[in-house]
Amino acid sequence: MAKFRVNGRQVEASGPEDSPLLWVLRDELGLTGTKFGCGVGQCGACTVHVGGQAVRSCLTPVSAVEGLEITTIEGLGAGGVHPVQAAWVEAQAPQCGYCQSGQIMQAAALLSANPNPSDAEIEVAMNGNLCRCMAYVRIRKAVKLAAAKPRRKAAVRAAEVRS
Amino acid sequence: MSTQGLRSPDRRRFLIAAGAAGAAFGFAAAADAAVSLGPFAGTPAFEPTLWYAIDARGVVTVNVVRAEMGQHVGTALARIVADELEADWDKVRIVHVDTDPKWGLMVTGGSWSVWQSYPMLSQAGAAGRIALIEAGAKILGVPVSSCIARKGAVFAGKRSVSYGDILAAGGLRGGFTDKELAALPIKPAADRRLIGGEFQARDIPAKTDGSAVFGLDAKMAGMVYARPVIPPTRNESKVVSVDESGARGVPGYRGHLVLDDPSGTVPGWVVALGDSFIAADRAVRALKVTWENGPTAKVSDADLEARGRALINDAAAGSLVVNDPGVDAAFSGAKSRLEAEYTTDAALHFQMEPLNALAFERNGIFEIHTGNQWQSLILPTLAKALGRPETGIVMKTYLLGGGFGRRLNGDYAVPAALASKALGKPVKLVFTREDDTLFDSFRSPSVQRVRMAFGEGGRVTAMDHAAAAGWPTEVMAPFFMPKGANDRPYDPFAINGANHWYNVGTHRVRALSNDLANRAFRPGWLRSVGPGWTNWAVESAMDEAAHATGQDPLAFRLKMLDGAGRNAGIAPSSVGGAKRQAAVLSRVAKAAGWGGKLPAGVGLGLATSFGQDRDMPTWTACAARVRVDRKTGEVRVEKLQLVVDAGAIIHPDGALAQVEGAALWGLSLALHEGATFRDGRIQETNLGAYTPLRMSDIPDLEIEFVDSDHAPVGLGEPATTVVGPAIGNAIFNAVGARVRRLPIRPEAVLAALKST
Repeated sequence: MAKFRVNGRQVEASGPEDSPLLWVLRDELGLTGTKFGCGVGQCGACTVHVGGQAVRSCLTPVSAVEGLEITTIEGLGAGGVHPVQAAWVEAQAPQCGYCQSGQIMQAAALLSANPNPSDAEIEVAMNGNLCRCMAYVRIRKAVKLAAAKPRRKAAVRAAEVRS
Repeated sequence: MSTQGLRSPDRRRFLIAAGAAGAAFGFAAAADAAVSLGPFAGTPAFEPTLWYAIDARGVVTVNVVRAEMGQHVGTALARIVADELEADWDKVRIVHVDTDPKWGLMVTGGSWSVWQSYPMLSQAGAAGRIALIEAGAKILGVPVSSCIARKGAVFAGKRSVSYGDILAAGGLRGGFTDKELAALPIKPAADRRLIGGEFQARDIPAKTDGSAVFGLDAKMAGMVYARPVIPPTRNESKVVSVDESGARGVPGYRGHLVLDDPSGTVPGWVVALGDSFIAADRAVRALKVTWENGPTAKVSDADLEARGRALINDAAAGSLVVNDPGVDAAFSGAKSRLEAEYTTDAALHFQMEPLNALAFERNGIFEIHTGNQWQSLILPTLAKALGRPETGIVMKTYLLGGGFGRRLNGDYAVPAALASKALGKPVKLVFTREDDTLFDSFRSPSVQRVRMAFGEGGRVTAMDHAAAAGWPTEVMAPFFMPKGANDRPYDPFAINGANHWYNVGTHRVRALSNDLANRAFRPGWLRSVGPGWTNWAVESAMDEAAHATGQDPLAFRLKMLDGAGRNAGIAPSSVGGAKRQAAVLSRVAKAAGWGGKLPAGVGLGLATSFGQDRDMPTWTACAARVRVDRKTGEVRVEKLQLVVDAGAIIHPDGALAQVEGAALWGLSLALHEGATFRDGRIQETNLGAYTPLRMSDIPDLEIEFVDSDHAPVGLGEPATTVVGPAIGNAIFNAVGARVRRLPIRPEAVLAALKST
């Protein structure tokens, strides 16, 4: 019975200790914004933050997050729209949208650690997130938009602190 | 060879329903539609056509029969209605409706949505505008002629009355006859206020905060989870035994079902049941199923290719899609000839959301909750599987986590329905990625042979093109197949593209159904369908022909895109004909600096396409600049430039997104994808083995649309089909190596280099 916090709320998983966090989030906690794509940690659709770090929830056993703080896409904009989410809308980045929760969580973690990434750094950070619609041009643009303005950078940090 | 009659929605489109009766019929289901974008609308007060209704507060609800899968189709279609209706865009709501016979054909594919919908949605919007102006003029006490409609209100000079207030006052005319509708004035392009220009897609915000609801997110109280045990072959497996001893210890395991399927869609299927997906998933891993396999369990790529080649070599086989007189005579009398074989490997859909469906019976109706592109195709199959009439089944269409043609084939809904019926409970069937891949109706491998005959000065006098592949339409929708000149049916979605707009003198196109492929797997429609491989052959051959006859590949093509005879085009969709294709090709060549000097190992290649169908040409051209490593054979695409003439563009930013995605799909299919069929199944079942394009692989991308007022056509696919051949042609121009297989692998480039 792993106990942890999700989006600021204390929760307890009822299933086996080795259950993937992804399915606990989706089916037990009703947080379906985190998506199932490949199940082997190679598409990034299931990305969430564990202690502020981007983690593939499909490969993370729920026991491994015991006592930790998890943020999902639903909790990213706690207290308002997160600047990365705003940038995603501004760039009109999503097509089908299925991978975008994971893309956004990955980008938010990147910008939290590195508020002004170079193109190469964006590529390295985002390359594990597959977009089958191939909206990559706009995803890259959205990461840059989110990083561009000082006001935005401050907001990223504030949102991370809140979450 | 038109399939237009089958594609056009029902003529019932202008069934008039005004007031409460219409409301009860049209909106009971829409009220709880799976996807609805916009403010809540109350009871509709005015429903001038099937396609939208306006409530007493002036909120316009547009009913969209197309599925949302990334193309922002609801936004585009609602803008068409709202433009003619002169609606206030902030008061427009979009509903992706449930299945109902009244909608006519429900399909989202072929890049058809805007092209097919534009005329009728424009007329529907105009009908509402006229009725509202008539009623508004009465309220304002002025003649109709002194009124105009703007932004959800009727104006007479400075005085105005809003649509909501007009509806509240009542007295709108009940409807329009077909004749009246046909005579309605559609606005000239210059008066368009909501079509074109900059605006955001309505579906996007929910796709950034986790609130968008995809098929995988659908829930029902008391639902049991299921995961399939995919049999060894798609079509001819039979379950011999199931040993569940290992699964009994899985927490939450709820047993298994061997599916009895009267529709024959999922032979040899077993599903494991569980309290959670985790339980069902673990049970599948622990179940031991033995099958009796059909003869296709040993079929591999080499067998499929050999069969395709044998069909091509049998001159009597196949359907003659183009059959001009004198082809053989032209070849006999030719000054020179060219013959080449082009092949493509299997390509997977690999849509990000693995297949899934939720099924249950409620109030005597079987409900299927899933993302689907062709509800009208799978409903009869579901009816057969469930043993109930189609009227007893409703499909609720969720957001699709990728369509790309996979969800045109709704086969995955059938096992969910069967399991729910057998169990008497709601069943949520979820495929893992590996299950999804093994059950994919992937793009068939193909073999093509192109022959060209040349006369004086390298003039093309004849072209003979034969293409063999598995035929999705034959397997899944044979009623959709037109007949060739020899009265044999053919799959338009496995040959379109070969019937190009070049004037090649006399032309023959022969379409061949690879029967071994059709039996060994279920061939599918994959984004850009036939032209995804036929254009690889056509545009590679055009380049080879130009080089073989010592001509510039650009000038060679332009000379044949003369717009003569059958290539002149027909109003409204193909007006201008091949001349418009020549225009986009010239434009892209100029933009790319065609003919300029490039560094060693770098080459520029051109390719062009008319899109998906001669009835709906989307004139497209591409220039690819590649860098080839002579030592490793590796190809790096540095830049892709595309010029597209798709007529009037409804949603410019959405159109750009479609072309960006389609072009990168073309690149991915050309260099990064390609699957192996061995021993009756696909071998690359997940990432790692199957490697679609990633962010680090994207080249510079420049896309330009031709400014046009012509009829709007489709944009989801055409750009996919030009990138592969443009890259192949660029490789030749860079290092002199001709590649004839997709995907282009470094080994093939090295082999071609050796033979130069």
